[in-house]
Amino acid sequence: MSETNYLTTDYTLRSWFLTTDHKRIAILYFASLIFFFFIGGAAATVIRIELATPQGDLVSSDTYNRLFTMHGIIMVWFFLIPSIPNTLGNFVVPLMIGARDLAFPRLNLMSWYIFMLGGCTTLFAIFAGGIDTGWTFYTPFSTLYSNSYVILAAAGVFIAGFSSILTGLNFIVSIHRLRAPGLTWYRLPLFLWSLYATSVILVLATPVLAITLLLIATERFFGVGIFDPRIGGDPLLFQHLFWFYSHPAVYIMILPGMGVINELISCFSRKEVFGYKFVAWASLAIAAVGFLVWGHHMFVSGQSLVASLVFSFMSFIVAVPSAIKVFNWTATLHKGLLRFDAPMLYALGFIGLFTIGGLTGLFLACLAYDVHATDTYFVVAHFHYIMVGGMVTAYFGGLHYWWPKITGRLYSEHWARAAAVLIFFGFNLTFFPQFILGAEGMPRRYHIYPPEFQVWNVLSSGGAAILALAYLMPLFYLGYSAFFGPRAPANPWDAPGLEWQTSSPPPEHNFATQPVVTRKPYQYNRNFQAEPQNA
Amino acid sequence: MWRQWIPFWQPGLSPQSGDVDLLFAGLLIASAVVLGLLFFLLTLFCVRYRSGNQTDREHRVAKSWHWEVGWTAASLVGFLGLFVWGASVYFEMYKTPADELDVFVVAKQWMWKTQHPGGQAEINALHVPVKRPVRLVMASQDVIHSFFIPALRLKHDVVPGRYQDLEIEVDRPGQYHLFCAEYCGTDHSGMIGEIVAMEPADFSNWLAQQAPSSPLAAEGGALFRELGCSGCHGNGSKVRAPPLEGVYGRPVPLSDGSTVIADDKYIRDSILLPRSQIVASYEPLMPSFEGKVSEDQLLRLVMYIKSLAGRSS
Repeated sequence: MSETNYLTTDYTLRSWFLTTDHKRIAILYFASLIFFFFIGGAAATVIRIELATPQGDLVSSDTYNRLFTMHGIIMVWFFLIPSIPNTLGNFVVPLMIGARDLAFPRLNLMSWYIFMLGGCTTLFAIFAGGIDTGWTFYTPFSTLYSNSYVILAAAGVFIAGFSSILTGLNFIVSIHRLRAPGLTWYRLPLFLWSLYATSVILVLATPVLAITLLLIATERFFGVGIFDPRIGGDPLLFQHLFWFYSHPAVYIMILPGMGVINELISCFSRKEVFGYKFVAWASLAIAAVGFLVWGHHMFVSGQSLVASLVFSFMSFIVAVPSAIKVFNWTATLHKGLLRFDAPMLYALGFIGLFTIGGLTGLFLACLAYDVHATDTYFVVAHFHYIMVGGMVTAYFGGLHYWWPKITGRLYSEHWARAAAVLIFFGFNLTFFPQFILGAEGMPRRYHIYPPEFQVWNVLSSGGAAILALAYLMPLFYLGYSAFFGPRAPANPWDAPGLEWQTSSPPPEHNFATQPVVTRKPYQYNRNFQAEPQNA
Repeated sequence: MWRQWIPFWQPGLSPQSGDVDLLFAGLLIASAVVLGLLFFLLTLFCVRYRSGNQTDREHRVAKSWHWEVGWTAASLVGFLGLFVWGASVYFEMYKTPADELDVFVVAKQWMWKTQHPGGQAEINALHVPVKRPVRLVMASQDVIHSFFIPALRLKHDVVPGRYQDLEIEVDRPGQYHLFCAEYCGTDHSGMIGEIVAMEPADFSNWLAQQAPSSPLAAEGGALFRELGCSGCHGNGSKVRAPPLEGVYGRPVPLSDGSTVIADDKYIRDSILLPRSQIVASYEPLMPSFEGKVSEDQLLRLVMYIKSLAGRSS
């Protein structure tokens, strides 16, 4: 390539670590997240090897408890929450709205540094001795009984929260203020609607987490009675505060995934997303109603039965917009011209796995069944179907879809499809047996378990081995393609979005001339060719 | 029984657990219908509309709000049905227990201590007679635990600082798992025990064979004197404190004008937080016993005061 792009403008380390280019910051995030993903994955691997036998024969109970805590904290706060927004979102939001960068480029860089500071603080806590409270930090265990690095780990999460808030703020302002001429709200790609909804949750919910973690530190450091009943506190108060953040956080994790799926399903069906406005508003409905369901984590805690009734009702309501999305994606396929490239395989896998995760969520929203299933492997299986089967699958789908735009190179389609299929089977073999374990009553966070549960645990561990291998594959073929793959054209999938109307990789300031948007997103002509949004 | 048709599924062993299993079956069938329909459509569309396959792609279904309203309404109605069903069984499970056979359960890192009214104590085990509701009064001495009997489909957190009531009833004799379901520290997975359900005659024999130190109420009476409670609450005391005879289970008028029923929770709170609910026309003189009595001693005091229920003051 003769002209320079954002990757070739400057090769110095300084140009990377002091960059304000959203595309380079996305790459910084991407590299950091791969690192955290493999740390969290390594913990999961040891957990699954340990659980292959009922005895605790690989690690001690204290180590086991530190491993699942580390897996949870790293995966939730240092992988899932930032994953799609901070890498794919950071990269494509300005491109999709036809802007030169995000609204606050320096804030964007600062957000990455804050994130790394939080991540390193938590990693330091883990390697200094670990923490054993579970990612939920339940009191009074975390404040008075745990002999581990609770405050340090909580400090890491606390710090990383500011990075979330800044990114959310940046997206909200960018989507409001920097849209290209002609890009009205109903012309926005649905990925942006879902990121917008995500950002609203990030900005509104994260401060509550920060307050909660501060209260834990206050009780642990100064012995002020907040959550411990012996000094006048209330342990359930913690659960209310924690889940007021952490349930909306589930939607922080899944909404961006849903957004990506719209882009993939539409592009590989060569059709407009069915029910655009319903899908768009469903994202905002999930964000809003998601704030009113937190008590469904507490059906057996002794909270009032009336409160349980209300939270169960709201939990069923919040499932409706998700159902709307699934039906609309399926309808989008109807009479399309379907191509099964790797991103589409991930998208189809997402629909199946997310639906299983969503339906089992109804089991848990259902009061009487939740009494049996809560705190068992049924819950573990359910949220992994949403978080891994849903979110991580969508992340991989989006990553493959935008990979030619990000790197300017094409990956091996054969390897990519093989990995997508292997991830799907490995995932189901790992997590489906856990539904059965939970229905049979195996509690979660058990290091040692009664021998009758072994068969399903062995199957699950076997699946985890396949899944681990499958997750390593993209590291190699995508890594190879980034340096040696064939050059990608500007629009390899023939998609209509603005991000495909500039070169691959894009120039430093994204567009040679300011694009002017003239039509809705996802438009294809009668021959199934894309009609670019700006043509 | 229909439940035995589900492989890998041990039927529940109490009246309510049958309802839970029925609900579970209902949820499974509803999910299977939705998933079946979805996978059928996905497969059909993927095969018929794959690129390279010549087929009619014209005359697309017009986007209209009819479709959206249709599937939104269908989801909503289905979900509401499941909500009502689940809630009605839940209220049955967690209904306030009638005053049945009482057993005290104290949870601590990392064991379950259970105590029968006659003084028989067990560790990580609980013997109960079959076909008879047993009311558990549960307390935690340290962190949150959760009392979970999978065979009964029943679980309740044991949160420190308060009593939790739970009614259990087992239909068939046998031994069943008792798990701690709320993560509680190092040996969380070792905090397991057994529920042993016996025929009533066997249960009576078992109770007789355990050498009971003395009934809980009698031990509570001794504590009542040792801790100095009798100095104020006893007959002929100089300090004016409410008499406790005949109080249990009765409404008590409070100084703020409200009334409470003197149940286990009220008595516990009155010992630990005596100034939170002052009996009408009495002075707030009583010191707190927070930190001075253990959960074991507390439940003995409660049993003692309960044993005074029949006497007149």
